[in-house]
Parts: sequence; C-alpha cells; structure tokens
Amino acid sequence: MTPPGTSAPLLQISGLTKRFGGFTALDNVSVDIRPGERFGLIGPNGSGKTTLINCISGAFRTEARTVVFRGEDITQLPAHVRTRRGIARSFQIPRPFKSMTVVENLMVALDFAVATDPLVSAAHRHETAMSILAGMGLASKANASATTLSQVELRKMELARAMATRPKLLISDEAMAGLSSSEVDEVLDLLMSLADQDITVIMIEHIMQAVMRFSQRVMCLDAGKIIAIGAPTEVMANQRVQEAYLGT
Amino acid sequence: MKRNGIFFWIGAAVFLIAIALMTKLITNEYPFFAGYVILQFIVLAVAWSILGGHAGYVNFGTSAFFGMGVYTAVFLFKVAGAPLLVQIAAAAAVGALMGFALGLLTLRMQGIFFSIATIALTIVIETSITNWRYVGGAAGIQLQRPPVTWPFSGYVQMLFFVQAVLVVLAVVVSRYIQNSWIGRGLQALRDDELAAECTGVPTLRLKVLACVVSGALMCAAGAPAAMYLQYADPSSAFNLNYSVSTLAMSLIGGTAHWAGPIVGAILLGTTQQLLTVTISSEVNVLVLGVMLVLFVVAAPEGLIGLLRRVRDKRKEGKQ
Amino acid sequence: MFSFELLLDAVVLGVLLGCFYAAVSLGLSVAFGLLDVPHVAHPAFLVLASYAVYVLNEFYGIDPLLAGLLITPFLFVFGLAAYRLYYETFEKRGSDAGVRGIAFFFGIAFIIEVLIILQFGVDQRSVTATYIGKAWRIGDMRIPYRLVVAFAVATLLTTLLALYLSKTFMGRAIRAVAQDQEALRLMGANPIRIKQWAFGIATAVLGIAGALLIIVAPVDPTLDRAYIGRTFCVVVMAGLGSMTGTLVAAIILGVAESIVLTLFGASWAPAISFAMLLGVLAVRPQGLFGRRS
Repeated sequence: MTPPGTSAPLLQISGLTKRFGGFTALDNVSVDIRPGERFGLIGPNGSGKTTLINCISGAFRTEARTVVFRGEDITQLPAHVRTRRGIARSFQIPRPFKSMTVVENLMVALDFAVATDPLVSAAHRHETAMSILAGMGLASKANASATTLSQVELRKMELARAMATRPKLLISDEAMAGLSSSEVDEVLDLLMSLADQDITVIMIEHIMQAVMRFSQRVMCLDAGKIIAIGAPTEVMANQRVQEAYLGT
Repeated sequence: MKRNGIFFWIGAAVFLIAIALMTKLITNEYPFFAGYVILQFIVLAVAWSILGGHAGYVNFGTSAFFGMGVYTAVFLFKVAGAPLLVQIAAAAAVGALMGFALGLLTLRMQGIFFSIATIALTIVIETSITNWRYVGGAAGIQLQRPPVTWPFSGYVQMLFFVQAVLVVLAVVVSRYIQNSWIGRGLQALRDDELAAECTGVPTLRLKVLACVVSGALMCAAGAPAAMYLQYADPSSAFNLNYSVSTLAMSLIGGTAHWAGPIVGAILLGTTQQLLTVTISSEVNVLVLGVMLVLFVVAAPEGLIGLLRRVRDKRKEGKQ
Repeated sequence: MFSFELLLDAVVLGVLLGCFYAAVSLGLSVAFGLLDVPHVAHPAFLVLASYAVYVLNEFYGIDPLLAGLLITPFLFVFGLAAYRLYYETFEKRGSDAGVRGIAFFFGIAFIIEVLIILQFGVDQRSVTATYIGKAWRIGDMRIPYRLVVAFAVATLLTTLLALYLSKTFMGRAIRAVAQDQEALRLMGANPIRIKQWAFGIATAVLGIAGALLIIVAPVDPTLDRAYIGRTFCVVVMAGLGSMTGTLVAAIILGVAESIVLTLFGASWAPAISFAMLLGVLAVRPQGLFGRRS
C-alpha cells in the first residue's frame, strides 16, 4: 500500500459549483483524495455533503473537468459507467432492491458493474456474492427478502452491494445513522477492514467519535463551502467548524 | 434449470404442432376465428409485461402499438399488395421505432406521468390516422384477402397459425429476458432507478431495450388483424379497450413470471369472447372493469402471486 | 379561408370554452395536483354527474344548474367514500400506489361507462333551459348563450374554490397536506382526514361542472375519454394544484382548440389536448405555475 501523499490523487474535485435554481448547494469546492485514504466528510444538514457525493457518483451532472477520477474526466459519464470505473456508494436512506433477496441484490452488482468474463459462470458469481456477505456477517440472511432486514442489516447489505461492484472508491453516506452504539462499532470495523483492502473510503457521518476514529483527514462543509480540512483533531479544534457544525 | 429449459422447448414445439394439426383437421372456421383473438391477446399481454411487469413502466399505449400494426399492414397491402409476412415484419419494425421513442420518454417521465403520456400518444396517433385519407380516414377501409397459399386450407386457419407462432416468439423472448441479466437489471430499476444506476445498471439502455422489444411484438400482433377482419378503421384499431384489456390480463395473471400474462389472457380473453357472443359487448366491458378493479384491490400480485403465496404457506406448514 | 374576423371569433369562443374547461378540471386539480391521486376516473365521474343532471331536467323539469347544485352533496359523500376505498387499498399499502391506482381508476371509469350505456343507451343526451339554443350577436359575431352561462358559472366556481383553498382553515390545511404530510401530522392534524375531505370537495365540484358539460353540448357515455386528455392537459400544464394556473392553462387549451378547429376542422380536435399534454410533459413537466421547481 502506498503511503498517502506520495502518489497521484485518486479523485480530484476542482472548482466544483452546483446550483439549483437560485440556490447554491456547492460553491467552488476543490479537494484531492489520495489512494487508500480514509476521508471523513462532515458538516451540518444542508451543507452540501450529499450533493457533493451525488456529483461524484453521477446522480447530478457538473461542468467539465470538475470531477477527475484516476486521471480521467468523468463529468460526462452516466452514473452506471462511473460505478464500473470504480466509484461505489451507499445511500443515506437505504435503497435496497425490495423485490429481491439479499444475495440477489449483490448479484445485480456482479452482473452489471464487474466486467463480465463469459467464462465466469453464474455459480461462480453466486459464490463471490456469498463470500462478500460472509465477510459482512450477513451470510445467514442471504436468501431472506431485502424487506425483512433490520436497520443495521440493511446498512450492511448496502455496503456489501457496493463492495460487490469492486470499487476503488467507496462513499458511505451516513451508514451509521439511527444505529445503536454497538452497531456503530460493527459498521465502523467493517469500513476499517475495507480500507485495509486498499479501498479508498469517503465517509459522511454525524457521529463524531466515529469520524475521529476512522478518518486520516476530515473536511467540513458549511453552506456549500469548505470551511476546514486537515487532520481530525485540527478540524475539530477549528473555531469555524465548532460554530457551524456544533452550533456553539 | 436445464431440465426446465428442455420441458419448455418441448412444450413450445408440441403447441405449434398441435396448432398445425388443428388447422389441417378442423374444417369449421369458427373455432379459429374465436381462438385467434385469444392468441392475439396472449401476444399483447406477454409483450406488455416485458415493460410493465419487469421494468414497472405501465404502458397504456397498447392500442397505439396495436393500431399502428394494423395500419402498417393496411398501408403496405394497399400500396404494394405486400404478403402477410412482410406486413408483420414491417409492423414489428415500426413498433420497434415507436418503442425507441417511448423509451426516450422514460428519461423525462416516470410513474403515472409516463402512463398518461402513453394515453396521449395513442390519441395523437389515432387522430393522425383518422385524417389520413389514403388509408381510409375515419370511415375505415375494406380489404380483400388474397387467395390462401399452401399448406393452409383457409385464410383464417393461416392467420391462426401465424398468430400462434407470434405467441411462441413472444413467450420465448419474455422468458429469456426474465431469466437473464436483462431481467435482473429491469427488476433492479423497477425497485429503485437511482440505486440500480449506482450499482452499475445501464437503466436508460435497458428501458429502451424493453420498450423496443415490447413495442415490436405488440405491433406485430396487430398486423394480421387487418386481414382477419378484412376491414380497418381508426376508432376500432386504436380502441382504448385494447390497452385496458391487455393491462387487466397481465395484472390478473401476475407479472412476476412469464406465464402469468398467458394465464390472464386465456382466462379473460375466453370470458370476453363468451360474453360478447352470448350477451353483449357492453357487458363484456363491464366484466373487464370489474375484474380489473377486483384484482388490483384483492390480488395485486395476480394469480401467479396467489399461487406463490399458497405454495410458501405450505412450505412453512411442512417445516 | 383565413381572416382576422375568423381568428378573433375563434379566440373569443376559445376563451369562453377555456373557462368551461377550467371548471371541469378543478376537481382533478385538487385530486391529482394536490393529493397525488391518479384519478383517471375523474372525467367518468363528470359524465356521470351530467347524466344525473339530465335525469333531473328531463323528468322533473329542474333547471340544469339547479340540478347540479342539488346533486353536489351526494357527490361530496360519494367522494369521501371513494377516497376511503382508495386509501385503504392503495396508499396504506404504500408501494407503487400510483401504478395500481391508475389501473384501479381505469377499471372504475369503464364500469361507469358501461352502467350508463346499459341504463341510457349510447345515444347523446341533452338538457333544456331558456338559455340553451339562443345566441348573442355582436356585429357579425355570434356567441351562444350556453357558452356565456358556462363562462360565467365556471369563472365563479373557480374563484370560489381558489378562495376556499386560500382563505379558509380547511382549505389551507389541504394545501399544507400537499406540501408536507409529516409536518401536519406532527402538528396533531390527521392528514388522511384532510385528504379525504379534499377528495370530497374535488368530487362535489363535479355537480356544477357536470351541469355545465351537458349545457355546453350533448353528452354520451364515452365522452369521458376525450376529457381525460383535456382535464389532465389543463392540470399538468397548470403545474399541479395551482388554481390560477388551472384557469390560465384551461384558457390556453380552449383557444388552441378553437383556433385549430377553425383552421383545420373538427377531425383534428381530439388530438390537441393530448398533443399539448405530451408537449408539456416532455418539455416542462413542472407546468407553467409549477408547485415543484
């Protein structure tokens, strides 16, 4: 694993602005994410965090060259192509495929996102899906309908589905919201283990302990602008962050 | 899985052979005349389900596709005396083009707006045809069937057989889609388009594909109707009843499995035929409305859904 | 064939016709625009109301407008019941209410159509009143009184409903439920009750609207199909749920229909509303006075 800071950035956001009608959701945001980095993204509600990841994952279109992934301008690519390039995400409110079982949810990713080798049989893909589920502690739920899962299981399944697309960059959008503290630890350990597998992770989170424990770097957004970026302790100590985010 | 496949192909072959034998052995035209309509509805319902069932886009424009199939055939027959197979192939092409346009519409509208747009499309096309004098305008057009070709003994028998071939074609396509990655992708986008897109599913391409296939089959199913009735007029060819019947058949049968629309079409189609003959076409429409409401309210997953639920219950009981 | 007088004629008639279209679309504007109920049976309800007016007029000699007023309370109750059924079977169950809902309402529309046919046959029916059949002459222009009456009543009805929605407590609650159901629940109000009430109002308005429909022209059982296009065109163009928008959009539709009728003839008329609807959906789905931007 290359140490952060020495290689070319995995993701470059430069001069990214996103407006909805008269409302500016993101205002000239620029940041580089390095390969293998664990990156925390914080900010009050409505500060533009989810808008930013929508711009990265392709749900929203942006101007040319504002989002560059592994040296390639991806702003003109639709979301599913970005997924194939290696950008995966989970959703703030889980969005499972409700009519499918857990393992089928993962099969969608394996069928579509991973460059399909005709020699890789359906049975083999099923095996892959099962091993990912096992890694997430969801193996026993593989054949359960996605609608029967508990909140924490849903969160894990979303991460598993994202992992099945074989991402280089995983964006986790408040995967711990509404979970108990032991469940938060569980999900956090999962995300940590992913980062060990050489996957870059951007984590959006409100739970500060989780952000502090997880992140190598933290960025704080407020009203669409970056107000602080750096080591977690530095950002937390920043007065503007405390004002904007902690409301003190 | 494999064994299922073999059974399916044997079943399809037996079905076609049986139909072929029927056209040889039965001399009375009436059974073919009545059966044709049911076969036609099977094609329509199966084709409809490809988009409406798998992808969850409820198309109320079945009559637009059906009517365009009829009028493609009318036009080609009038302009060049084109043979039946050419009429059907051309109708399929027209349907595919219309489906492509419809697929692009899904970019801008979803859910009920898509459904309303398909109704609008139907009326706009119908009105255009009504104002096209060459194919008869509002008054309609009479068509003289050409002499029937070997090996068929009568024209209606031939149409019956051709429609049966279309049934097999539609079912093969629908079954393939259901069991392949295309079906899984459509199912994913029906559940959640954004999540599907972010899991790597090319949603637009799949939707357009479903629209094209569904449209081509529906248009093809309409093409032989011109020769079947020896007459065509816009208000019958584009009648909204085709849209609602097709929808009702698919929903009654259930869209979770390719067999659902077939079951629905046979059930409702037969009932409608009997009612139209024995009582009146009004009562037939009444029954259609009542069945539609009943099933949507009481059995939203259709007969296939009911069957599965019973089976699951039994499994649980055994455990 | 084209002259300025002809065009002026068409525009004036179009404006009158447009106000009438607004009246028949008001209910849908509430049901679909504000409540998100895919009410494709709205035009069938409208035609049903017209037949009720016809019966009262033909057999009891009651003036059609008065008849429309008389059936209004019954329609209100009918609307309450219809929403209850819709809510219990679809909205409560949640998923894809829109898709099954539209199939449900289509079924209802078909049932109504056939019941009317079985009772009254397929022939056109009309009503009699002193203001039907005569016309008002200004220079060369001839404006039928029935259109003038429809125009006046329709404008009054639209204004009253707009006032109801903006000035009364219940009206404001209805608008609130359209915007944020959760917030209303938190305030202690029951959104389902409010929606049911709103659907009752949407259906009750059909009493007068149905009277206008049969005053303007004779009705037949399948007339609802043409009005699916007109009413949805108006409501979508208006931008879901805006009353001013409904009036403006309806006038645009009326004028467009009237001009096309003058220039190209009646055979193109059915397509106009549907073509405009398609255009609006494709180009500006939020409508002219969009509720959502």
